[in-house]
Amino acid sequence: MDRIPILKMGHFLLVTIQVDLYDRLAMDLESDLIRMVNKTGAKGVLIDISAVSIVDSFMGRIIGNIASMSKLLDAETVVVGMQPAVAITLVELGLDLPGVHTALNVEKGMDLLKGMIVADDVEELEEDDDTALS
Amino acid sequence: MPQAAEVFKNKQSVILELWMKNQLSDIGLRDDLMSNEDLRVQSEELVDVLVSNLTEANLNDPQSMDFEPVLEILAGISVSRAKQGFSPRETGAFVFSLKEALFEVLQNELQNDVATLYEQTLKISRLVDNFSTVTFETFIRGREEVILRQTDEIAEISTPVIRVWDGILALPIIGTLDSARTQVVMESLLQEIVETSSSIAILDISGVPAVDSLVAQHLIKAVSATRLMGAECIISGIRPEIAQTIVHLGIDLSNIVTKASLASALKFAFNTMRLEVRKKAGVSAEK
Repeated sequence: MDRIPILKMGHFLLVTIQVDLYDRLAMDLESDLIRMVNKTGAKGVLIDISAVSIVDSFMGRIIGNIASMSKLLDAETVVVGMQPAVAITLVELGLDLPGVHTALNVEKGMDLLKGMIVADDVEELEEDDDTALS
Repeated sequence: MPQAAEVFKNKQSVILELWMKNQLSDIGLRDDLMSNEDLRVQSEELVDVLVSNLTEANLNDPQSMDFEPVLEILAGISVSRAKQGFSPRETGAFVFSLKEALFEVLQNELQNDVATLYEQTLKISRLVDNFSTVTFETFIRGREEVILRQTDEIAEISTPVIRVWDGILALPIIGTLDSARTQVVMESLLQEIVETSSSIAILDISGVPAVDSLVAQHLIKAVSATRLMGAECIISGIRPEIAQTIVHLGIDLSNIVTKASLASALKFAFNTMRLEVRKKAGVSAEK
């Protein structure tokens, strides 16, 4: 049974979806991701969907769910690299994904997350860095 | 007592000659659009198929299935003429001059029998009239195809995506926005965003004559799609009357950045990207 790997990068979690998501996989991803956010205390979740070419309303809802759940655990969600066709499909389905931040690529997504986190709790992060250094 | 179908079979070459003569003597002949040789080939093909399919039985019945090949050739000629730029009158004259040629042959054969001549003439007339109706129908269809193709082309070229700055795209929309057009606009915009990895897109609607709730909905969709891609979309070029309509219709555009002119949208974009445009400190301004 395949699972989508969730990578931890500093204060963020990075998920790259390289296969077309079927419902079971998406639901597993949702629960895995939330558990990881809780375990690692991540401040941001970055989901790269540049390889996803097909979405349906279920997929759209899962992404929305992940964003809302992460928000509850104090983590921001950024979806990056959405294909034009996917964006059009989601809009036509009426899923505008409010509450989800978006960026063109992983690089810009990371910048966006860093910007948001820095604005929120600079001190906390600096403290963390200090303890890590010492 | 010779029958019309038989007469035509025997006189096929005469018919062709007469018909060619009629066509070439016509003052409306367009030898600029089609050479006489081509015309002859076309005419010969048609006479050949017509005569070989004509029988005494189907002469009475213009709708007979036997004429399918004739109609097919006529349709082909008509469509190609429509594309070449022939006028309906010229295409019509092509078929009507055939009728004259047929009458002439018939008249020569049946000189002594006026009653039969009259009867046969009527039948031929009915038949050729049917042919010309078909010709006109396909002629119009040919022109419609041309119009449809042009409409597609206009839709394609009327939505250019302009790169105004590194990371800023502008898309001036001119003309009415309908669903099909919004689709094209949206697709080309999103595609361009991916290709140039731009973070800001400006939709300029100063060339859109009117905004109703449907157009507004299309705009909102385009903006949402751009946002999902990870770029920001600004709508600019909103004229006062359009602002009035939008508010009167109760359309909520408060979640979308709107600017009055492309210039102010560009300024906003520069601001968002933390760019600054400054006048050069120099002598040229002083002079």
